[in-house]
Amino acid sequence: MHTKLLAGTSKGLVILSEENNRWKIADVYFEGLPISMVYIDERINTWWAGISHRHWGEKLHFSRDQGKTWQEAGVPDFKNHFIRPGNPATLKKLWTMQHAGTDRPGCLWLGSEPGGLFFSDDNGKTWHLTESLWNHPSRLDDKQWFGAGKDFPFIHSVITDSRDSNHVYIGVSCAGIFKTLDGGKSWHPKNNGLVAAYLPNPHAEVGHDPHRILLCPANPDVIWQQNHCGIFRTENGGEHWRNVSGKTGLPSYGFALAIDEDDPSVAWVIPAQSDERRIPYELKLTVWKTRDGGKSWTSFNHGLPVSFAFDLVLRHAFIKHGKTLAFGTNNGNIYLSDNLGENWNVITQNLSQVNCLVSASLHK
Amino acid sequence: MAKIKFTSALKRYFPSLREMEIRGGTVKEVLRNVEKMHPGISGYLVDDHGHLRKHVNIFVQGDMIKDRETLNDTVKHSDELLVFQALSGG
Repeated sequence: MHTKLLAGTSKGLVILSEENNRWKIADVYFEGLPISMVYIDERINTWWAGISHRHWGEKLHFSRDQGKTWQEAGVPDFKNHFIRPGNPATLKKLWTMQHAGTDRPGCLWLGSEPGGLFFSDDNGKTWHLTESLWNHPSRLDDKQWFGAGKDFPFIHSVITDSRDSNHVYIGVSCAGIFKTLDGGKSWHPKNNGLVAAYLPNPHAEVGHDPHRILLCPANPDVIWQQNHCGIFRTENGGEHWRNVSGKTGLPSYGFALAIDEDDPSVAWVIPAQSDERRIPYELKLTVWKTRDGGKSWTSFNHGLPVSFAFDLVLRHAFIKHGKTLAFGTNNGNIYLSDNLGENWNVITQNLSQVNCLVSASLHK
Repeated sequence: MAKIKFTSALKRYFPSLREMEIRGGTVKEVLRNVEKMHPGISGYLVDDHGHLRKHVNIFVQGDMIKDRETLNDTVKHSDELLVFQALSGG
């Protein structure tokens, strides 16, 4: 087995491969086109790429041969659907995909801007908007679902509980976390304990801004969240979230989050200084790690630029794969650690903005 | 029949796309016939609701079409249609 990294950048899909302990760019697909989303459906070893054309709209492509050939899939649409009465909804961006469970072959979830959750039961040939969520009373209220840095709210995270594929979480910026226990027929906000400091009522049921959520495979009741207003963690499937941001104020604000697959107490974040200053604190690119569920955090920047570094790591650009951690930045740099974040090496530079990063395990 | 020409940028996605003669009394009918010859191309030109995409322009006899929503501008026999992309930065 060997590993490849798939970096979805604003100018193409860049494939990095390791040979003789050196990483190199092996291929570039969709050269010059903005890649909004990359996903690997490991059930059938299919690579997916969302493309956000400047002129031609959002497109979805897939490859069944690790990128050698690509085909265009069906694209979800909002035909006959409205943001609000009189305001037609139009697909703006494909944000995230997730298979719907190993017991549901061919079934996929897809989250978009505006905040649509689409479902496919034919491996992406056709997509159906999840009406139960689209018609949720909170979505229809622009004080509860609203855009954050975008014109419209968007669904950037979809997580299926491996114990029961009827249990699905989504992350919406801005609205918060929603959970279904019946495969998407009904949805319930799960934002108790979160803070929305930008709202008159910071503890509103809906209106939160989770930047990234990840569920621990070894203990699926533990979910981590890098939120606009700090880092949060739940141990009971979202019934209550606890603020685990650094006590000194770092880490707190940021987008990127990675968690340990086996140890629900271990997570990494790459914070920005603040909402107003989306740059590394003191311009030192730094990864923070907790080993105790967020009670304490330790910073690591050995091998990272610690002088005039302006790199920001976006929400889908930080991954953990075995002992490897890797992240890409908005300045087109990719850094990798093979000792769980204590030491880092730059493996490529001068790409365009890295929107998303995914790892693929391949048979040699 | 009318004649339709396309920006070369679309050839990346539809390599066999060429200038062609095409039937249709409105822009919508013309695009419907183009779609029959190049399946999928209409999704590049119009959005979820069939409206012309914001950064796509269609000209008939040198004039930009007026009806970007229902595409009901008239196309006459021997008219020339141009499908262009709008200019953009970045």
